[in-house]
Amino acid sequence: MTLRQVVVIGAGPAGMAAAEAALRAGAGVTLIDAAENPGGQYHRTLPDAYAPAHPQRLTRDRRAFDRRRRLLLGHPRCTWWPETVVWALERRDPDGTDGAPPPRVHLLHGPADGSGRRRSTVDPDALVLAVGAHDRVLPFPGWELPGVFTAGAAQALVKGERVVVGDQVVVAGTGPFLLPVAAALAQAGAQVRAVLEANVPGTVVRGWSRRAGELAAHAAKALELAKYTAELARHRVPYRFGRAVMAARGAGRVEEVVTARLRADWSVVPGSERSAAVDALCVSHGFSPQLELPLAAGCALRGRTPASPEGAFVAVDADQRTSVPGVYAAGEITGIAGAPAARAEGTIAGWSAGGGSPGDAALRRVRRHRDQGRAFAARLARAHPIGPAWPGWLEPQTVICRCEETDYDQLRRAVTHPASATARVAKLQTRAGLGPCQARICGPTVAELAARLRAGPAEHPLQGLPSATPHHRPIAQPIRLGELAAPPAEHAAPTTAPAPTKESE
Amino acid sequence: MSPRRMPAASDAVGWREEPLRITVDGEPVDGVAGQTIAGVLLAAGRLAWRRAPSGAPRGVFCGIGVCFDCLVTVGAERDVRACRRRARDGDVVTTQSRGTGDGEPPDAPRGVDEGGEVPHGDDL
Repeated sequence: MTLRQVVVIGAGPAGMAAAEAALRAGAGVTLIDAAENPGGQYHRTLPDAYAPAHPQRLTRDRRAFDRRRRLLLGHPRCTWWPETVVWALERRDPDGTDGAPPPRVHLLHGPADGSGRRRSTVDPDALVLAVGAHDRVLPFPGWELPGVFTAGAAQALVKGERVVVGDQVVVAGTGPFLLPVAAALAQAGAQVRAVLEANVPGTVVRGWSRRAGELAAHAAKALELAKYTAELARHRVPYRFGRAVMAARGAGRVEEVVTARLRADWSVVPGSERSAAVDALCVSHGFSPQLELPLAAGCALRGRTPASPEGAFVAVDADQRTSVPGVYAAGEITGIAGAPAARAEGTIAGWSAGGGSPGDAALRRVRRHRDQGRAFAARLARAHPIGPAWPGWLEPQTVICRCEETDYDQLRRAVTHPASATARVAKLQTRAGLGPCQARICGPTVAELAARLRAGPAEHPLQGLPSATPHHRPIAQPIRLGELAAPPAEHAAPTTAPAPTKESE
Repeated sequence: MSPRRMPAASDAVGWREEPLRITVDGEPVDGVAGQTIAGVLLAAGRLAWRRAPSGAPRGVFCGIGVCFDCLVTVGAERDVRACRRRARDGDVVTTQSRGTGDGEPPDAPRGVDEGGEVPHGDDL
């Protein structure tokens, strides 16, 4: 009997849990990640070359993480492919015929953006997408200045290589993620001048306390946040609500930030502006799920918003199945709910993908955790929304697309002019979203601003062309022409393929 | 007043500094094994190394390979995300510009002198 082969893309909390569950269900597993070590952004570890003596001081839930990592890396049915990117998913059922296998996975093995990476393909029996999310940052004047970082960047640098982004730092935006970032910076010796939550206390309190009876289920998360708040209090870092960074200023780098008080809808309270000297600013307005691979696989999305007109998240059923047979999704791409929910989703996805029985008794508790996680996600979204009046802080010259330096005025003129009002034409005219990042950063913002400027989502796709959307990227990761020209290695059952070692790359 | 790397000796995590050296546009820059190229540059006090089409300076923004602001050339490989690539001893790094010519002077950086004066205060 041939072993059922499950490919898991992404080795963060969701992907690691999926891999373990698929192994438990008896399948062979190939776990793929762009990084050198499993863990994802949440369990980011110091590089092996640092040989840390006390790594547990940097990572939460370290013991459970270590146990899972050892199990996966040492399991005879698990193949771990580090430094591997999925550059394309090729559907084997372009017409959507029933019973077609999940998409072929096209891989590149080797150092990031290298030129001689080995190409290979895998044809899985089941595919688990656990690719995660990245910070969403709304534009504001000066956000393109060096010294302005996403909160995730500041955290990755301090947790991943002990680099502190500055001495005088402001952490701003919305959401509980600002707290661990500020705490990590403070612990590393930076002076965090303030953590600024843009939402007013009323929004945050109402969002968290709605249906307060359910809150007990989120006690662990609440405790974690309380710990960060205490840590910040110890470092005397003020945590302010209803205040945002309106602008960053400086000659060639950030030197000061302008902050202002916001109302509940994020309109600026006139006269409340203040400036402060900083040498770094860390910003996050929530997270954007990485949707290019789910879309390449053909997965249906849910939750349309002005920023994500085709849907903000991957739609999944009770077993984490997407709309595409054999393709499962887990973690932040199904909703922003944090690591515990991602682990629960991963366990369910991996178990189902590995052929485990959906009625398994042990799964009942995990399903309850997953459902609690989804409730937590809904609460989080209500407590830390993006206020609709945020474009009020944009100036005509504010950069919207960082790559192409398209400013707000250019975008406004393009989308309100009848000849270029469709997203596709506006994109070609302003070049917004056509630069190296391929709209990963500005895509949702451009979609939202364009919909507002057109005063409605009445978007008519050009005849014969699909609607231009912010997440479609047929080439999911950059591949060089030479690599594309080289023939791919065919992988037999992943359990028999040798895992690439750093020396062989 | 710049990014920096925590000294291993005073870090409770307890790790090992194994020095390495890369060159950036011909100048030697010291780092430690395990750092990304972006980490080496930041820790050496360099906040920006790439130029946007207008000539405006750019460095790290997202830090996890999404924004492509930090692109450098490593050896003969163009467009390498510095935040994703581990530095290796002896790497020859060249900075990039998306402008019309390499090394052109930046335009007046955006965000400078664009707003009116606002009260300065320590109380954020």
